[in-house]
Amino acid sequence: MTRLARPCIAALLALSMTLSIAACDQPHMEDQAKYETFEAAPEWADDQSALTPVPGSVARDARLGPVPDELPMPLTAELLERGRERFNIYCSPCHARTGSGHGMVVQRGFPQPPTFHSERLRQAPLRHFYDVISDGFGVMYAYRDRVAPEDRWAIAAYIRALQLARHASLADVPADVRQRLKRGDATKVTP
Amino acid sequence: MAPLFRRRANSLAVVILVGILALLVAISVFAYVVYRSPYQTDVGYAPEQPVPFSHQHHVGGLGLDCRYCHSGVETSDFAGIPPTLTCMTCHSQEWTNAEMLAPVRQSLTTETPLSWTRVHDLADYVYFSHRAHVNNGVGCESCHGRVDKMPMTVQKAPLTMKWCLSCHRNPAPNLRPLDEITSMGYSPATDGASGQMLMQRYRIHPDTLKECATCHR
Repeated sequence: MTRLARPCIAALLALSMTLSIAACDQPHMEDQAKYETFEAAPEWADDQSALTPVPGSVARDARLGPVPDELPMPLTAELLERGRERFNIYCSPCHARTGSGHGMVVQRGFPQPPTFHSERLRQAPLRHFYDVISDGFGVMYAYRDRVAPEDRWAIAAYIRALQLARHASLADVPADVRQRLKRGDATKVTP
Repeated sequence: MAPLFRRRANSLAVVILVGILALLVAISVFAYVVYRSPYQTDVGYAPEQPVPFSHQHHVGGLGLDCRYCHSGVETSDFAGIPPTLTCMTCHSQEWTNAEMLAPVRQSLTTETPLSWTRVHDLADYVYFSHRAHVNNGVGCESCHGRVDKMPMTVQKAPLTMKWCLSCHRNPAPNLRPLDEITSMGYSPATDGASGQMLMQRYRIHPDTLKECATCHR
């Protein structure tokens, strides 16, 4: 029996040491000493790690030249597609997908914006829409922090397309697409 | 001399040995079940927020696109919690006296951000990027569930490594075309383009998705 006592004690000792190490308060890898995006940072301004840029900061990819008066990029189908996508995300809640100004948020009580299909706005230069997106207008807030300059031009171009489409006649449609329109599968027409 | 152990002891020894083994297995299984259960993965976690914001109302009811508020999702790793000004884009005119929106108005006047409680929190050793997913065919719904049916934002996916890998090993059945990324109720399996075609369109190579350094750096 005494022959076994020594290894037994050794084993018990080893076990208790392992357990006591495991019980130590180890740093948790899932919560490391670094700030994740927007993580709270006590004692920083507003206790947040995401700091506001100092006044006058310029983004690395910012365009510093004056804003051009006309569309600064070629008018392509891709640009209009991009414009449609961005318009439907950021503008359609109020302006509606058709540009009529009867969007869902307007239906819930937001003051109705003017339709894009009025004579005044049909004559307005694209730069007007660019500026309104950048700076807001009336009760409309500025969207400059959500819509990048290139996207503002794309939206402006798409608004023009909406205006033209509203006042277009069947004669404006290319002959091959006209047949498909008459058959009623207009939604399948790809630009 | 009488034997130290009776004959019965033989079978008793076997029972005890098997019993110890069975107990070990039972403990392991129990630990695994707990480890994968909502208790550990936080599935169903819907913490109270400073404002009872309802995705159901804004997405399901009004039809707002996810990107209207989470505007950084396509260009940065983090989808972005909207600043108070985004709320006020509409709420400067809508529900202007609602009691439940008082914290939003206070946040605007005092220029103090609302502090929302994070619902989806991955371990710090996982480097997840929203940009990498939404620009390559993974829809919001695939991980966040039907937010258009959530009055309170709730965690739907277990966010375990096993769960991540289930898609990284076989992404095709979960891919959507780019114009359906933010759609709710879209079924990648039955609606629209086939997974294999989308794999090619997005140039997805499944081998690279399984490398450790894809998620751990």
